[in-house]
Amino acid sequence: MLVTELKPREEILGYLRDGERVFLVSCDGCAEVCEVGGEKAVGDLGALLEGTGHPVVGTAVIPFLCNKTLVGIRLSRLRDAVEGADALLVASCGVGVQAVAAVVPKPILPAANTVSYGAFQGIWPGEERCARCGDCVLAYTGGICPLTACPKGLLHGPCGGSHRGECELEPGRPCGWQRIYERLADIGRLDLFARYRPPKDRRRQYDVPLSRRRSTLWALEYLEEV
Amino acid sequence: MRFRDRLAKGEFVITCEAGPPKGTDVGPALEAVRRLAPYVHAFNVTDLQSSVLRMSSWALCALIKREGYEPILQMTCRDRNRLALQADLLGAWALGIENVLALTGDYPTLGDHPDALPVFDLDSVQLIAAVAALNSGKDLAGNELEGKTDFLVGAVVNATADPLEPHLAKLRLKVELGAKFVQTQAVYDPEAFVRFARAAEGLGVPIIAGLIPLKSAGMARFMNEHIAGVTVPEPLIAEMERAKTKEERKEVSTEICARIIRAVKPYCHGIHFMPMGWEDVVPGILELAGIKTGDV
Repeated sequence: MLVTELKPREEILGYLRDGERVFLVSCDGCAEVCEVGGEKAVGDLGALLEGTGHPVVGTAVIPFLCNKTLVGIRLSRLRDAVEGADALLVASCGVGVQAVAAVVPKPILPAANTVSYGAFQGIWPGEERCARCGDCVLAYTGGICPLTACPKGLLHGPCGGSHRGECELEPGRPCGWQRIYERLADIGRLDLFARYRPPKDRRRQYDVPLSRRRSTLWALEYLEEV
Repeated sequence: MRFRDRLAKGEFVITCEAGPPKGTDVGPALEAVRRLAPYVHAFNVTDLQSSVLRMSSWALCALIKREGYEPILQMTCRDRNRLALQADLLGAWALGIENVLALTGDYPTLGDHPDALPVFDLDSVQLIAAVAALNSGKDLAGNELEGKTDFLVGAVVNATADPLEPHLAKLRLKVELGAKFVQTQAVYDPEAFVRFARAAEGLGVPIIAGLIPLKSAGMARFMNEHIAGVTVPEPLIAEMERAKTKEERKEVSTEICARIIRAVKPYCHGIHFMPMGWEDVVPGILELAGIKTGDV
């Protein structure tokens, strides 16, 4: 199971420009168990957005956001509402956010940080991967994770080894940052490209604090492993 | 005159790569430096280039400095976390090294320890920010330093990358964070370089064009396949192909390099040579290109 925790409200609101309309997508799987997704997120995040001048133009609670096909079909039924949104706020793990980004050409904003994926047993049919870094940056990268799409995990654009869209590691491998650049161009948000981000807090990526080790969620993950 | 003063005066600078030894024998590397010193303003010391284990860059920089020449410390993000990078920067400054070139670093799998852990705790942009922090008297965590650095920090870019835009946007950020000069990956396509130079003009920092003298057609093909960010156009490979003996190849290579320099010179502020063992062709290239290194 993937363990997620809600981002601070200031960070979520910081993604949005004044008056931007939002479509809310919430995962009813692991994120619901972590009290990040499900109907609760639709209520809490909806109230936060409406209360700060961001109209909520539609909502969807989807059982497994990590299943891209399922996400695509469910959201296509709500096409008009989705198209009326300036951005989609997604309450799920990093895979769910990337799955939504892969099917909707709009700014996709993560409402949560993914802190652990323990023994994940879910359906994961796409190329989307989450590094459970605990400090999700997908809002700035067009919904493509730079930590997993770029083998070096760079945060500010391609390295010198990126050429004609390919990574230096092996022929045919796409450069993650070229993909991010193209996605940001597609959604009209190139202003987000190569904006300075301070070094990541690696504790969130590599350390599991005692408080989580003693939690029920951590115990459940451990049970899944055995 | 210091390298930074030459750049500030708008002089056309010549830098050259120096590779630390695979082992402890620094003799040949220093001998190459001595031979080239009359033609070169600063020596750019590589940091485990192509992820191949060699002596550390700062060590050869310190030895070059001791010989009375000016080193530029190359630093990649591949092998050290933010603690080790800052520690080496402080040590380098104490050893008299005044210039740093910040790079991402090739992935370990390209080198001779392909099983090594890739670090990349910082990226090249954040490394430039780290140098700027140390220059301001603080470390990356904001702690006060007892004695600060005053590095001249440079950035690299692949000037002929295709597409160029993402690389240009990243370079702009590096300059905003404190990069004071730009060194490019090897240029073989002057037209692409000029497109880059025009686009980068607004950055307001000197651009030093990289140049690797071709040793043979085979080397050119090898670089196209295996060296990240280097592209040699087919007509140049064909030109090298026609040269048979080593002497002929040196002659043709010198002509090609001089031609590239003449084409890019109006659009840049210096040339950075990466001779890969062919240090002896550098003086001839400069002469043929009509570059006087004057009071080096």
